[in-house]
Amino acid sequence: MATENTDIEQLVDRKYRHGFITDIESETLPPGINEDVIRFISDKKNEPEFLLNWRLKSFRYWQTIKEPDWAKLHHSPIDYQDISYFSAPKQATDAPKSMDEVDPKLLETYDKLGIPLHERARLAGVAVDAVFDSVSIATTFKGKLAEAGVIFCPFSEAVQDHPELIEQYLGTVVPYRDNFFAALNSAVFTDGSFVYIPKGVRCPMELSTYFRINEAKTGQFERTLIIAEEGSHVSYLEGCTAPMRDENQLHAAVVELVTMKDAEIKYSTVQNWYPGDEQGRGGIYNFVTKRCDCRGANSKVSWTQVEAGSAITWKYPSCILRGDNSVGEFYSVAVTNNLQQADTGTKMIHIGANTRSTIISKGISAGRAQQSYRGLVKIFPTAENARNYTQCDSLLLGDQCGAHTFPYMEVKNPTAIVEHEATTSKIGEDQLFYCRQRGLSEEDAVNMIVNGFCKDVFRELPMEFAVEAQALLNVSLEGAVG
Amino acid sequence: MKLNIKDLHVSVAGTEILKGLSLAVSSGEVHAIMGPNGSGKSTLAHVLAGREGYEVTRGSISYNGADLLDMAPEERAWAGIFLGFQYPIEIPGVNNTYFLKAALNAKRKHLGQPEIDAIAFLKLVREKSELMEIDQKFLKRSVNEGFSGGEKKRNEVFQMSVLEPVLAILDETDSGLDIDALKIVANGVNTLRSDDRAFVLITHYQRLLDYIQPDFVHVLAEGKIVRTGDKSLALELEDQGYDWVTTGT
Ligand SMILES: Nc1ncnc2c1ncn2[C@@H]1O[C@H](COP(=O)(O)OP(=O)(O)O)[C@@H](O)[C@H]1O
Ligand SMILES: [Mg+2]
Repeated sequence: MATENTDIEQLVDRKYRHGFITDIESETLPPGINEDVIRFISDKKNEPEFLLNWRLKSFRYWQTIKEPDWAKLHHSPIDYQDISYFSAPKQATDAPKSMDEVDPKLLETYDKLGIPLHERARLAGVAVDAVFDSVSIATTFKGKLAEAGVIFCPFSEAVQDHPELIEQYLGTVVPYRDNFFAALNSAVFTDGSFVYIPKGVRCPMELSTYFRINEAKTGQFERTLIIAEEGSHVSYLEGCTAPMRDENQLHAAVVELVTMKDAEIKYSTVQNWYPGDEQGRGGIYNFVTKRCDCRGANSKVSWTQVEAGSAITWKYPSCILRGDNSVGEFYSVAVTNNLQQADTGTKMIHIGANTRSTIISKGISAGRAQQSYRGLVKIFPTAENARNYTQCDSLLLGDQCGAHTFPYMEVKNPTAIVEHEATTSKIGEDQLFYCRQRGLSEEDAVNMIVNGFCKDVFRELPMEFAVEAQALLNVSLEGAVG
Repeated sequence: MKLNIKDLHVSVAGTEILKGLSLAVSSGEVHAIMGPNGSGKSTLAHVLAGREGYEVTRGSISYNGADLLDMAPEERAWAGIFLGFQYPIEIPGVNNTYFLKAALNAKRKHLGQPEIDAIAFLKLVREKSELMEIDQKFLKRSVNEGFSGGEKKRNEVFQMSVLEPVLAILDETDSGLDIDALKIVANGVNTLRSDDRAFVLITHYQRLLDYIQPDFVHVLAEGKIVRTGDKSLALELEDQGYDWVTTGT
C-alpha cells in the first residue's frame, strides 16, 4: 500500500475528476427504440445476417418482459424511448486504421483520463481498447498481441474479422433471455471488446478496455466476450467514467467469459461512472450482467471489482463452475456515498466435482447511501466435494447510511461445505481517535482505515491499478466524515 | 514545555468524573499518577489528548501558553503530545510500519520539515525496534491486530520512541506486562528521558516506579489530586492501599 500521505491530501481535495465533456461532433440517433433502430445499428456495423436476426429476437423478447424489481434499489422510472441508442464521434464511424487518423480531441480526452493512447506515452505492458459512447476508437498494441496469437479488438471488428467465433460463442454464457437488461443489451449493443487467447498461450500483457460515456441522453450498451482456450491465461481490466450531467444515463452491459480446460481469466473492474451530485441529481444507472462459464476441468476465473461510481449499481458477476476442479473467485469493494445505491454480489454455481469458490465482499457506505450484498451459492447434486467460502463485511461511516446482506444458499449435495461469515461495523470512533492521536488528520485516518478494510480485495488487483483503486476510494469518500 | 491544568472538571455522559483537578508539568520532569480503578486516570489522559465524549464543565488546560482544549487531537499530536493507550486499538489491514511512517510524516509536515526518506525511516525503525526488542515480523503485521497484551504495550512505547514527543502520557502501559516486558518498557522510557521532554506515567501499581524514578508522585482519587509527594509516597501506597490516602483527605 504505497500511497504516500501527500498523495492522499491532494486526492481528498478533488471532486469527481472525470466529469468533463468532450466537445466533438457526433452522429447520434434520435431517442427511441424500435426495430428500425436495431436495423440501423446492425447496418452501421455491416453485420452478418445471423447477428441482426439475433438482435431482433432479443428485442422482441425484451418487449414482452418487465424490469426486475427484486433488488433493493429505488429510482425514477427509466423511459426507454427517451434514450439514444447510438452515438459515435463523426470521424470514428469510418474506423480509423492507425492512431494518426484518430481525432486529436479524442486522444486528448483519453490523455485527460490518464489513459494515453499514442505510441510514445502508452502504459507499458498494458494494451488498451478505448470505447467512446457507442464505438471503439482505438486499440493499442494489437500487433504485438497478434504475434502471440492473441486477438484483442473492438467487438464490431471481431464481427467482421472472426464472425465464426462470434456466432459460436455469443449469447452462450448470457443468453438474451437471461434478464431484462441482458435482453435489451442483446438488441442494441454497439461496441465493447473481444478477446481470444489461443490454446496454451499466456497473454504477454495486461489487456484493458476503457469505457467512456460522453454524449448526453445516450445509453451505453457494450458487450464484451473473452474466450480463453485450453491452458491459456489472461488478465483483463476495465475502467469506466462519464461526464457530470444532471440527468441520469443508462449503462447496460453484458460480459461473457469462457474458460476451457486449465485456462484462467482474471477480470478486474474499476468502475467510476459519474455517481451524481450530493443531492442525488444525475449519475449513471449501471445495470450489468457478467458471467463466466468455466467449461473445462481445472479452469479458473477471478472477478475483482472496485465499484465506486454510478448512482445505481446492479451487478452480480457470476461463475458457472461446470468443469471438475474449476475455481471461481469474487473479490469486491463497493463504495456508496451521498445518495448512491448499490445492489451487488455474485453467483457461484457449482456443477462439477471438487469445484471451489471464494467470495470476499467489502461494502462501505457513507452519507445517506444504501448498499446490499446479494449472493447465491448453488451446489448441484453433481458437485461432489464442492467448497465455498463467503466473507461479507460492511463498514458504515455515519448513521444515515445502510448495509444489507442477502446470502442465498442452495445445497443439493451432502458432501459440500459452504461457509458464510458476515460482519457489519461502524467505523470505530476509537480507531479514528487512535490515528488522530498519532497525528493523522481525520480524513487521512478514514482513508487509512477504509483502505485497510479493503486490503484483501486490493491485493487481487494488478499492481498498476491497485494504487488507482485506492486513490479512487479516497475521492469517493471525500466529506464522508466531520 | 509547560502544561498547566487548573481546576479541571470533566463529565462523561452526564456524570462528573474529574472534580477540580490541578496539575503542572514542565520539561524534564517525570510525574506518576496513581489511583484506584475508576478514579478518572484514563479520563484525564483522554481529555489531554482531545478525545470526544468528555465535557469540560469548568477549569482550563494551557499547553505552552496555548489553550489545549481548543486544539484538535491531531494538532495536539503535532505539538508533541503522545498518549500511550491503556487499550491500544487494532486497525485491520493497515501495516504497522506504514502507519507509523504516515504518522511521523504528518507530524513532520506540520513542523515544516520534509518527509523522511525511506532509507532514513527504515534505519530509525530498526534502531528503535531493537531498543524495544520488537521482532521485525511484528512490524509487518497490521496495527495491533493479533498482538498479545504485552506486544501492544511495547508497540505503544515503540511508536513513542519513533515520534519523539515533548509530552508523553502513558496510561497503564505497565499493566499486564511480565517482569521482562516491564523492564523493556522502562528502559524505553529511561532512554527517552531528557531535559526537553516530560512524562506523565499513569499506573495502578508502584512496581513500574522501581524501574523509572519519578520526580513527583500524585494520587488521584474522587476526581482530584489528593496527595503529591516523591517516590516514597508510592511505596507508602503500596504498603497501606488507596484507602489510606482517600480517607486521609
Ligand atoms: N464512556 C464512558 N461512559 C460512561 N462512563 C464512563 C466512560 N468512560 C469512563 N467512565 C466512567 O468514568 C469513571 C472513570 O473512568 P476511567 O477514567 O477510565 O478510570 P481509571 O482509568 O482511573 O480506571 C469510571 O467510573 C467509569 O465507569
Ligand atoms: Mg484507566
